Amino acid sequence: MMLQAVRAESERITEQDILANIKRRQFWDFVFSVLGLLSLLFALVTLLALIIDLAVTGVPRINAEFFTNFPSRFPEKAGILSAWVGSLLIMFTTAFCAIPLGVAAGVYLEEYAKKNWISQIIELNIINLAGIPSITYGLMALGLFVYKLKLGQSILTAGLTLGLLVLPIIIVTTREAIRSIPNTIREASYAMGASKWQTIRYHILPYSSGGILTGVIISLSRAIGETAPLITIGALTFIAFLPASPITGEFPFISFKWLMDPFTVMPIQMFNWLSRPQPEFHVNAAATGVVLLLMTLIMNGGAIYLRSRFRKKMKW
Amino acid sequence: MNKNQLKKLSEFTSADHPVRRMRRLRERAIETMLFLAAASSVLVTLGIVGILVSESLPFFAHVSLKDFLTDTEWTPLFENAHYGILPLLCGTFLSTAIALVVAIPLGTVAATFLSEYVRPSWREVLKPLLEMLAAVPTVVYGYFALLFVTPLLQKFIPSLGGFNVLSAGIVIGVMIIPYVSSLSEDAMRSVPGHLREASFAVGASRMQTSFRVVIPSAFSGITSAYILGISRALGETMVVAIAAGMQPNLTFNPTEPAATITAFIVQVSLGDLPHGSIGYQSIYVAGLSLLILTLCFNIVGLWLRKKFQEKE
Repeated sequence: MMLQAVRAESERITEQDILANIKRRQFWDFVFSVLGLLSLLFALVTLLALIIDLAVTGVPRINAEFFTNFPSRFPEKAGILSAWVGSLLIMFTTAFCAIPLGVAAGVYLEEYAKKNWISQIIELNIINLAGIPSITYGLMALGLFVYKLKLGQSILTAGLTLGLLVLPIIIVTTREAIRSIPNTIREASYAMGASKWQTIRYHILPYSSGGILTGVIISLSRAIGETAPLITIGALTFIAFLPASPITGEFPFISFKWLMDPFTVMPIQMFNWLSRPQPEFHVNAAATGVVLLLMTLIMNGGAIYLRSRFRKKMKW
Repeated sequence: MNKNQLKKLSEFTSADHPVRRMRRLRERAIETMLFLAAASSVLVTLGIVGILVSESLPFFAHVSLKDFLTDTEWTPLFENAHYGILPLLCGTFLSTAIALVVAIPLGTVAATFLSEYVRPSWREVLKPLLEMLAAVPTVVYGYFALLFVTPLLQKFIPSLGGFNVLSAGIVIGVMIIPYVSSLSEDAMRSVPGHLREASFAVGASRMQTSFRVVIPSAFSGITSAYILGISRALGETMVVAIAAGMQPNLTFNPTEPAATITAFIVQVSLGDLPHGSIGYQSIYVAGLSLLILTLCFNIVGLWLRKKFQEKE
């Protein structure tokens, strides 16, 4: 019965029907690919508009004095000296906190962790950490580092906060880099009598260093642009002095006093200028934005380049 | 090799040789240290939850939970203080909803296009370009929303004020497109090729294959992409702090100014904040509400993913 019905139906369908059907579906296929292209273009054109808008307003304002002047009440005299020095020192502190911890955690999870509830909790936790809003890290740091541990509103507090913030990024990229190393490398190393740590130290870490470096660069570029957690821990918006110099004239020539100094960073300086009503300060904000955007785009571009280079070079 | 050397060698290979024992000890110590590093990430979570809860508990000694959840005004720093979270929640949901209206269709279509339509060599260029959107600092997006998008929108909606949720929401939407598209694209591309081939073999077009085979099979991955996008939009701070005006406002009108939970925290943090004051406690309560909100979405995402994985 059923078969007959189908046969009867199929006899009624002519070749033209089929061709029309194919045409129709090809048409919708085309429509969708145009839609896809448009949505990509929308995103990229927005990015371009953002860059051009910022550059047109900001680039004419950038000169040598802009980098060597402190912020000022007079927009034409104001500069970002304290901001870029603060950003640099905080980036350094962040890297110092987050890289060893993140890489160690990544190595443990990939090479040592057995499949048990402890490692499952750690994995779930890392996924969750990546989704927690950055401002809650700032609140945690304000309660813990500033008030409980009495580190004050210092560069050290800021570096620790951002270090914890980027920790999941470093862990995840380290794991990905290690996972891409084939097991044959490990087996070869064990066959030569190397211990687990020797295998990691002399084979796994060197071979995954490209991937790890990519993750480190991306996380540091994220740290440079992060604003909200630093405002929350009470970063000042007007700083007209520099932190203590890390290099001193007397023995031992290196000082860590700067770690405890108050700070400002480029995004906070930009925010501060942006929230003033005068358009002259908005120009300063745009100029700061250009510097900030240039740094993050260069870092991210570098990371993408490194990733593709290492992918090409590493052929197992 | 003479006898003596052989004996030395066999001693060395025995498990009790001091060198071997030292090596075992070192291996153990290193493993413990690496484990502690991995476990420290759990401490971060515990620290965040612990501090947020402990610092916001004293708040509820002043304000009853009922007032907190039902009062329609949020003015903790005024003489006549009100502590109703609703206006902040409203602002947060409004900006997130606008962002999602922008990001989910665009992100999903872009992901499908990149995964199913574009040839791989183009994808290698387009995907990193799209990911550049996520690299732009949020404060720069704030500048863009305030001084580019708002004036642009004012040409179409003349009544639009200088501060409004609409432009902030749209800009957040553009910002989270790469979060949605990148992860969705990864999920779609990991769908095995033979499913696509089977679909093409029975005569389905590329679009039919995308919508009836690839997207349903990649659904759990696409869900986690959406959830990540939602978490980002909920927690986004600088764009709303700059472009949406920081005024708590119980409204669903996107052309009005409003404050989100995050914008309120920034606003209070910019002022001088004595430890233990009610203002100080209020930002922790706001932060805790935000954390609970994002956690809820994450749990829903986890549940959805589980449900769809069971089906496969």
